[in-house]
Order: sequence, then C-alpha cells, then structure tokens
Amino acid sequence: MIREKYADVIQELFRRYPERKSAILPLMHIAQHEYGYMSEEAMQEVADILGLNPTHVKSIAGFYTLFYEEPVGKYVLEICNDLACALRGADEFVAMASNKLGVPVEGTTPDGLFTLKTVMCLGACDRAPMLQCNLRFHEHLNEEKFTALLDHLHQEASSDQVESAVVEKIVSYIN
Amino acid sequence: MAHLLLRHREIENIKKLDVYRAHGGYEALKKVLSMAPAEVIQVVMESNLRGRGGAGFPTGLKWNFIPKVAGDKYVVVNTDESETGTFKDRELMEGNPHQVIEGTLIAAYAIGAKLTFNYMRGEYMDAAYAFEEALKECYANNLLGPNILGSEFSCDMYPHYGAGAYICGEETALLESLHGNLGQPWSKPPFPAVEGLYRKPTVVNNTETLANVPLIIQNGAEWYKSMGTPGSTGPKIVCLSGHVVKPGNYEIIMGMTYRELIYDLAGGIPGGKKVKGFLPSGGSGPVVKEEALDAPISYEGLDKFGSAMGSASVIVMDETVDMVWAAKKATHFFKHESCGKCTPCREGTFWLDKVIHKVDSGRGTANDIKVLNSVAEQIGGKCLCALGEFAKNPILSTIKHFPQDYQAKVRANG
Repeated sequence: MIREKYADVIQELFRRYPERKSAILPLMHIAQHEYGYMSEEAMQEVADILGLNPTHVKSIAGFYTLFYEEPVGKYVLEICNDLACALRGADEFVAMASNKLGVPVEGTTPDGLFTLKTVMCLGACDRAPMLQCNLRFHEHLNEEKFTALLDHLHQEASSDQVESAVVEKIVSYIN
Repeated sequence: MAHLLLRHREIENIKKLDVYRAHGGYEALKKVLSMAPAEVIQVVMESNLRGRGGAGFPTGLKWNFIPKVAGDKYVVVNTDESETGTFKDRELMEGNPHQVIEGTLIAAYAIGAKLTFNYMRGEYMDAAYAFEEALKECYANNLLGPNILGSEFSCDMYPHYGAGAYICGEETALLESLHGNLGQPWSKPPFPAVEGLYRKPTVVNNTETLANVPLIIQNGAEWYKSMGTPGSTGPKIVCLSGHVVKPGNYEIIMGMTYRELIYDLAGGIPGGKKVKGFLPSGGSGPVVKEEALDAPISYEGLDKFGSAMGSASVIVMDETVDMVWAAKKATHFFKHESCGKCTPCREGTFWLDKVIHKVDSGRGTANDIKVLNSVAEQIGGKCLCALGEFAKNPILSTIKHFPQDYQAKVRANG
C-alpha cells in the first residue's frame, strides 16, 4: 500500500540515511496515516520495505506514544495534563472534554470520529489548556473554543479531507 | 536589550533567508570558512559556552573530543525537547531557524562533518514547517549541499522526526532512535565523540546551544564572556510556566535572579498570591522553596539550594498548591517515560507512582512516606542515564521541603 504510493519518498529516505533502518520512524509515520493505526498489516509492510522482522517494528510501535497499536478515531484529541498545564486548569479541561464527547479518556466516540487521550508535556505550557489533534496544536483553549474545534472537525470529516501533519512534512521536504 | 536568540521577536520574518541575511545572517559561517577548524573550536572554548539542554557541558570541549582524523563524522541537533515545562527550542525553531542552521553548519565545519541531522519532536509540526522552509532556502542558495559558498566545505542537513518519547532527548537514546532501534540509552563508554551515530564520531548539541555559536564567532569570545557570570556566560532562554501572570519564554542574561524574572518581567503571581515553591528545571530538578527566589539563574546559582538550572524550565507554584499532588504529577511523568532498560528506574518509578497516588488520594499512611523515601533513594546512582536520577527528585525534594503537606494527607490513617 505505501510501497507504491510513496515510492519516491522511500527512495529518498534510503539515500538520506547511511543505514536503511534509520528510515523506520518516517515510514511508520506514513504507515500509520495510511492504515489508520499500526495494524499487523501496517507493521508487516514497514518490515518488508526495510527487510526487518515485524517483531522489531512492533517493539518500536509500543515504545513511542505517537504510534497507536489499537484502532483510533479519525481524530485523536490528545490533551496535555502534565504538571505545568495542570497548574493552569488542564485536569478540569480533560473532564469537560470527556463529558462533551461522552467518552472516558482512551475512549472513542461511537461514530468513530474522536479518540480522547491525555499525554505528557507537549511544549506549550504557557498556552494551557491545550491539545494536539492529529499533531496540530490547539492552544489557549476553553470550553467554547473546544466546542468550536469539534464543530470544525465534524465539517472537515464530512468532506473527507483529513490530513496528517507529519506525513505532509516528511513528503514536502522530499519533493 | 534586543534579543540575541529570540530575534524574531523584534525582526519580523527573520525565519526567511533574505531577512536573516539582511541582519547579518551567515556572516559567521563565511568567517568560519576562512578559519582553520581548530581555531573555530578554540573560540568556542574561550567563550565558555555551555550546553543549554540541561547538563551544561562545555560546548567547545565537546567538539574538541572529536578525533582529528579523516573519516565520517556527524553533528546531530537535539530538538527532542520533552522536559515538562520546556518550550524554548520550539520557539527558536519556529521563529529563528536559520540561526540554528548556521550554528549547526559551524559545528559541522569545526569537527569535519558532512552530514547532520536535526532530531525534532514528532509533535513540533510548526517548528518542522519553519525548519524545512529554511533548509530549502539554504539548498537553493549554496548554504547547504556541495561546496558551500564556494568553499571546499560540503554539508547536508536533514530533519528526523521522533515519535513521542522523552528518553530520546538523552543523547545515546537519541542516537539509538536515529539508528532505527528502541530509544534506549547505552552505557558510556563508548562516548558519542568516539562512537556515536553509525558508530562514528558524533557531536550531539542542543538547539539553543547551537543558536549561540554564530554570535560567538561574529562578535568574539571576549564579547560573549562579558555577558553573564564567569561560570555561566551568555544569554539563556528561560521557559516560565505555572502560576505567573505572563508565562512564556524569556531570554535573559545569566545572573538575573528568579525573583527579577518572575516579578519584574513576568508580572508576578496571579491574584497577588505568594510563591510556595518552584521547579527550576521542569520535572527533573528538585523543587525549591520561596527562599530560592533571590538565587541567580545560572549553572551554579542553585547549588546551595540543592537544585540546578537544568534547561531553565521554571514552573511556579503558588501557596495553594498541594506539593503531594505536584510530586504525583511529576512522578507519573517519569513512570510513563522510563524506557524500561534499567530495573531500578523501571520498577522504581512504577512503585513511586503507585504509592504517591495512594498518598495523594488520602489513603496513605506514615509508613507510605517512608516507602517513598526508601524507593526513591534506591533509584539514585543505579541507572544508565539521568532519567533515573531525575525520577527520584520530585518525591525526595517535596518530602524534604514540604513535609507538612504529606503529614496532612496521611494524618487520618495513622
């Protein structure tokens, strides 16, 4: 699936790194975007491209928080509730978001649109409460802005234009 | 005083090459290309520039460790900024990426590297955007690639995006992650200067550290040393968060006190409340009490308070904060981020997290506080990297400075 679609990108990654194995993180970012999460198939394809054992890819998937080993919603809302953000109301914000979405933390809405997660520091402590949604930061949030964000995402989802910021970056620099 | 690092605050669009150049950008690189690599290292050594990522290792000395023989060598920029309360490298990369690129190129020239990577947090997409735009401009203008500015010096630079792991900010873990392996630290030696990326001599420098380098080359070591204290020269970006009126990044000259920063620059504490304590180096450094406010912000400034400046991520907590709760938050971070390689850290953070949650929820006993102390003490000095050392700090320092908060939580249970 990604081998053909991203042939140029893969070739460039292999040129760039002195050892092919270094391309594993960019390839996994791409694979997750295309497959929706790090499914068995996604990990198998990354392993095949790099000539690695799929268990190695699985170990990497389990190590990094940006890789999801279970299916997630179309949008993953990751709210930082680490210490610095919590001093500025992040825990209350998580409770509000959970209530609004009607799912607990780690839960996905029945329509498959949103997964709610809490994460460690994202480097936006001065702009708390904040969250990242598919790697885009939304800062200085409150209930009103959160509602507006959900409305916007509902609209975007219906137009089927869901992008991945990181894949966009990996691909844009190469082209 | 105008900013030296966060120059985008005054100069609009300095992230664009033409604007950066119009303000003296890449003049330092030009100058370096007519110097011998050893001279460049000498100037950086004389400036007393120390690492801005937290450890404060002398930058010139680090470069000087690289064997001066032909062969593959690498510079890796550490933009995997993940410490709780730290957001300085993010702003630098978003606002002033060319200064980081120029510093990286100077480092590469000094040690003889032809290939450099910038390991960026996978979450920092705005920084990635600015960095990639800047790289494209450099390639289009003979500032990257073969024969830079007509010289014999050729160098490539690529971004590498992480995927969410605090430990990858540790240099050997970062290199392992770049190798395509689990981001777990290795036991030193070998040091990266001897065997680093792809087992070749490698310099790993923090983003902010490298942004200082063009300034030093351009203005000289004496000029640079005229700022700050003898042990802590030059500017430093302090990330201020928590209970302050104006949180954000503040570029200061080292030697300024925490009180001046918090009250004179950042407007003090909301509601006129008192400072109960602050974390000077994110979750990693021991918490200090209000009494440390008059200490200077410098590598040596908090020595007598048993803490350290670290990456200068200052999290302020006012008098309403329950320090058991704060220790719980910080400990949970280390439990989540422990890479699992060393048993004392992996198991120790697991148990600290479990017991501090119990105490914070009001179910703890006086014996639980002893258990916390004992487990934390046993992590110290027994791990491969600093994460284990850091993990004990939130618990030990809050028990030491705020025992009354713990006693209030366990009182009902004897």
